[in-house]
Parts: sequence; structure tokens; C-alpha cells
Amino acid sequence: MSDEPVIRFDDVSKVYSLPGGDVVALDHVTLTVEPGEFVAVMGPSGSGKSTLLNLMGCLDVPTSGRIFINGEEISRMSDDVLTRLRRNHIGFIFQQFNLIPLLSALENVEFPVVLTERRGESRERAIRVLRSMDLEEELFSHKPSELSGGQQQRVAIARALVNEPELLLCDEPTGNLDTKTGTAIMDLLRLENGEGKTIVMVTHDPKVAEYAHRHIRIVDGRLV
Amino acid sequence: MIFFDFARRNIRLHWFRSVLAVIGIVIGVIAIASLGILGNSLVLSITETISDVGDTVIVTPHTGAAAAGNGPGPPGGGAVTSNTISERQVGQIERAVGPNTVIPLAQGGDAIAVGSETGAAVIYAMPVEEMPALLDLADGIYPRSTGGALAGSALAAEFGMQPGTRVQVGSNASNTLRVVGVIEERGVGFDINPDFALIVPHAWYSDVYDEEEYDQVIVKVRDVGDIDVVKAAIEETLNRRETVVDVLDTRMILESLFQVFEQITVFTLAIGSISLVVAGVSILNVMMMSVSERTREIGVMRSIGTRQQDVLRMFLYEALILGLIGSIIGGVMSIGTGYLVNAVVLQRPEFLFVPSSLVYILYGMGFGVATSIASGIYPAWKASRLNPIQALRFE
Ligand SMILES: Nc1ncnc2c1ncn2[C@@H]1O[C@H](COP(=O)(O)OP(=O)(O)OP(=O)(O)O)[C@@H](O)[C@H]1O
Ligand SMILES: [Mg+2]
Repeated sequence: MSDEPVIRFDDVSKVYSLPGGDVVALDHVTLTVEPGEFVAVMGPSGSGKSTLLNLMGCLDVPTSGRIFINGEEISRMSDDVLTRLRRNHIGFIFQQFNLIPLLSALENVEFPVVLTERRGESRERAIRVLRSMDLEEELFSHKPSELSGGQQQRVAIARALVNEPELLLCDEPTGNLDTKTGTAIMDLLRLENGEGKTIVMVTHDPKVAEYAHRHIRIVDGRLV
Repeated sequence: MIFFDFARRNIRLHWFRSVLAVIGIVIGVIAIASLGILGNSLVLSITETISDVGDTVIVTPHTGAAAAGNGPGPPGGGAVTSNTISERQVGQIERAVGPNTVIPLAQGGDAIAVGSETGAAVIYAMPVEEMPALLDLADGIYPRSTGGALAGSALAAEFGMQPGTRVQVGSNASNTLRVVGVIEERGVGFDINPDFALIVPHAWYSDVYDEEEYDQVIVKVRDVGDIDVVKAAIEETLNRRETVVDVLDTRMILESLFQVFEQITVFTLAIGSISLVVAGVSILNVMMMSVSERTREIGVMRSIGTRQQDVLRMFLYEALILGLIGSIIGGVMSIGTGYLVNAVVLQRPEFLFVPSSLVYILYGMGFGVATSIASGIYPAWKASRLNPIQALRFE
């Protein structure tokens, strides 16, 4: 597994069929992401960045071409297998934080562990990971609606990390945050990358993109 | 159990519409349980008055309208032969049914007088030696001679008859009988209804009314399993060339009666079910709302590793919880409403407390839970099938 790229796209296209005609969101994309890389994906709005990230995250399968995650082709996998892959190997961080409103901060972090077979230790792990996000302990029991954007994003990062995935996928993680909070969040991500996690991050912000080692530009679904 | 917890929390969060959905189920359960209890109690109160067991075969003349009616009326002096069963036919029946008891009887009605009190009574006439086989005594003895008679319990009460009382039958003062026994209350029967009747020896009856023949023959079958054989034997003997007699057995009559009762019960249950269907639609509605509101949340859950079946379970739990709460409340309340409808409609609230009534509460609750889950299946399935990306983009 070590010499395999974490992600390999082989001539991948994604076409959305809409009543008004087909939308080509990704157009014959070929790329690899190696273990430990920190990649920033940039490009204008509607160019296919989120589509690219969703395919990397096994949330969807390509219209054509092949995608390998840790050397395994995902287009032939069943939904349950893809779901397990996401749960164990991939962490998602979204622009809108996307915490589960019914759960407290701590429960949100605990949730991915509860989905695995390691339920017993879920509470301790959640506390440990959430502490490392510099979140005040008294906020642990708060519902997402009672947290600020920065606090929510810390919880979301903790949730993405709690199952110790090899790959972190971030879709504009600082897009809804002010510069100072955004910087703090990016420092956390850099720390994780320093500990060996592979990170692919979509961003509009050149400052944020500076945290990455490699930049991918995408225009109209094509890499440039 | 985290998904059960999700369901619980979501219900709590949207408590108002959950309460509305639960009320629907409660009403449905109460409707089914109460109507079921009422139907069952109705059957109970009717069967309570029916004394027959299924061991009697009744033979009546084929065209005999006179034999079928129980109403009082003076028996015709010169009866039409085809409306009665002759002594010879009784003999044929006796030979056909072997060891089973054959009780031929005539029936009519006449004015009666006890002391200064006058009135009317149904009169059943049968051979004295057959009376013990058909009738149980509450008081006194069976008649041994043609001068004795038995009084039905209601008749005895009305006229104050006791063993020893003299009764004048008809307008002729010389036609008197001595009541030697009072019959135990017997209720409504398919063969005879003696509670308001005077049972007289057939010899006396044929003397007074000049009527030799019988209106009906009752065969008491010793082994209930032989009923069909006995019926076939009678038919074979008497109806070979043309249909002379109608042969019925009480088991058959009871069965068709209970079939009618069953249909009534099914009908009332169907009415009750309509309210549950309405409740089911309201749960479906609540669940669809829940799914569409939580589309984004479902997308998030799927993206961080929640399987389709877990999402499905989460929503089914929600329907299950609503159904359970509604059914439990409805079940408890049905005890009260069941008592009430029995008290109001039948004046017999105690019919609620028999197992065959109480089981309708369980039925109601079972249907309540089942309806809720059934209504939850489609929304839950829809939720589990959401495309994660579409769901995440949902605003
Ligand atoms: N589920 C979908 N159904 C139909 N069309 C879609 C869907 N998802 C994306 N598209 C289309 O595909 C193209 C690429 O969309 P995508 O979301 O990947 O862009 P993006 O680069 O992330 O844009 P932004 O920077 O605004 O987030 C767009 O034209 C979009 O309309
Ligand atoms: Mg996007």
C-alpha cells in the first residue's frame, strides 16, 4: 500500500444529465495524490472542484474512467463497501461545517466511532480528539446551533479525524470563517498533514492555498 | 442504539407534529378496540340467551309453515296432512336414527287460566316418556300420566304456578291439568322455547284438540360426530322420492349464526380500521416532512460513513416510537371506552372483562403499531436511497 498513491484518477469524466442537456462537470481528468501530500484544488466557481472532491471521497462514481483509492477501484464497489471506505479511511470537512443538529459537539465527534466496531471507546476517543482541537471543554455538550462558526469547524475537523483516516478532504474549510479563525483552522490542518495525513483541499483563497505543497487548477472540468 | 436515539430526539424536537400523529394512532386504536369489544359483547349477550349445543337434529314438514312458527295461535282442528309429521313417519325416523332419542312434538297455543288469573300460553305437546330427555326441571317432577304438565319458568313466575297448581287450558272448564314440575330457565332455542310455554302430554293434547300428528321431531344425537350420519339417514328414509321434511341441525344453525356475528365484527373492525388508515397517512406525512427537512443531515451522515440500512432503521424507529406511544395510550384508553360503549349500548359493561373482548385491545394496539411501521417504510426507504451528494447540496 505504501508505494500506491492514495488517490489515482485515470481519465475520469463526470457528466450530469439534466433535462436541459448534459453538464460535463469533469472532463477526462487524470491525476494522482501521493501519501502525505497537501494538495490545494483551485479554480473558478462551477469548474468542478466539488465534483472532483466528491469523487475522491467515494460519494459518487464517475461516468467514465477509473478511480483508485489506496489502489482499489471504486466504481465496482457496492454502496455498503463505499460507505465503509468513507468511514474508515476518509475524513470530510465542509464549508458549511455540516454538524448533525440533533447531536451535541461531543456526540458529533463520537458518531463516526459509534458506526464502527470500536464503539466501547468512542467517548474517550471523542474527548481526546476534541481536546486537541483547542475547544473549551464546557462547549462539548453544546448543540451545533449554540457554537460559533470557528467552533463548529473545529468540531467538524475532530469528527473527520476521530476514526484516524489516511485522507482528509476539505471543501473550502475556511470559506465561512473570518481570516483569523480561518488561519487557526489552517494551522490545525497543517499539523495533521505534518503527522502524515494526506489532505486535498478546495479553496478560492490564495492565502489559504499557500498552506498546500501542490496546487491543482481546474477550469471547466479540465486540469490546467 | 444511536439510531434509536436519533429517532427519539427528532420526535422530541418536533414534538407538536409528533403529538398530532400520535393522537391519530390513539384514535385509531380506540376505534378498533372499542368497536371490536362492542361487537364481541353483542355476540356474548346474544349467545348468553341461546341454550343450544350442537347435538340436536330438527325435522320439520317441508311445506310446514305452521311448524316453524313458535307464536301462539289455536292449532287447527283438521290440519293439512302435508304440514305435519305422522306417527308412521316418526316411526320411520326412529328406525333410521337407531339408538338416538327421538322426540316428536306438536305445538300450539291457547288461553289458560290459573284460579282467577287468565292469559295465554304456548303449548308444546310430547310423549311424557320423552320429556326428561329434552327438559330439565327446576322444581317438582316429570308428569307420569296424561293429567300432568310442566310449566316454563317465565310462565310459572307470571301465573305463580308451583307443583300442584291447576291450570285450565282453553275455554272449556273441564280441560284442566295439574302442573307437576317447573322447567329450568332455558333461553332461546332453535327447537323449542319452553320458558313461556306449558308442556303437556301428547296423549292429552291429541284428545283435547283432536290432533294426532306432530309439527316437529327433535332428535337428540348422543355423539355430536354422528350428526351428519343421522341427518343423512333421515333424509334417506323420508325424502327419497320427494322432499317431505326439512332436516336441520342446531350446529349448522349455530354456525351460520356465528358466521353472521363474525361478519358483523369484521364490519365494525373495518370501520375502525378506516380511522387507523387516516392515522397512517398522517404518520406518512410527518415522516415525509422529517425526511425532506433532514435531507442535508442525511447527506452528512452518509458522507461520514452511515450505511443505507442505518438511515432506514433510524426512520423506521421514528415510526415505531410514534406507533408504540399511540398504541399504548390508545390501549389504556380503550379499557375506558370499551367499558363505556358496553355500558351505554348493552347496559352490560362487564362483558369488557372477558378475554375474547380484551383481546381486541391487543388487536387495536397491534394494528396501531403495524400501521405506523407500514407508513414509515416508504419515507424511510426514500431517505436511505438519497444520493449523498444531492443530499449534501440540498438547501
Ligand atoms: N448533482 C448535480 N446535478 C447536476 N449538476 C451538477 C451537480 N453537481 C454539480 N453540478 C454541475 O457541475 C458543475 C460543477 O459543479 P461543482 O459543484 O463541482 O463546482 P465547484 O467548482 O465546486 O463550484 P463552487 O466553487 O461554486 O463550489 C456545475 O456546472 C454544476 O452546476
Ligand atoms: Mg464547490
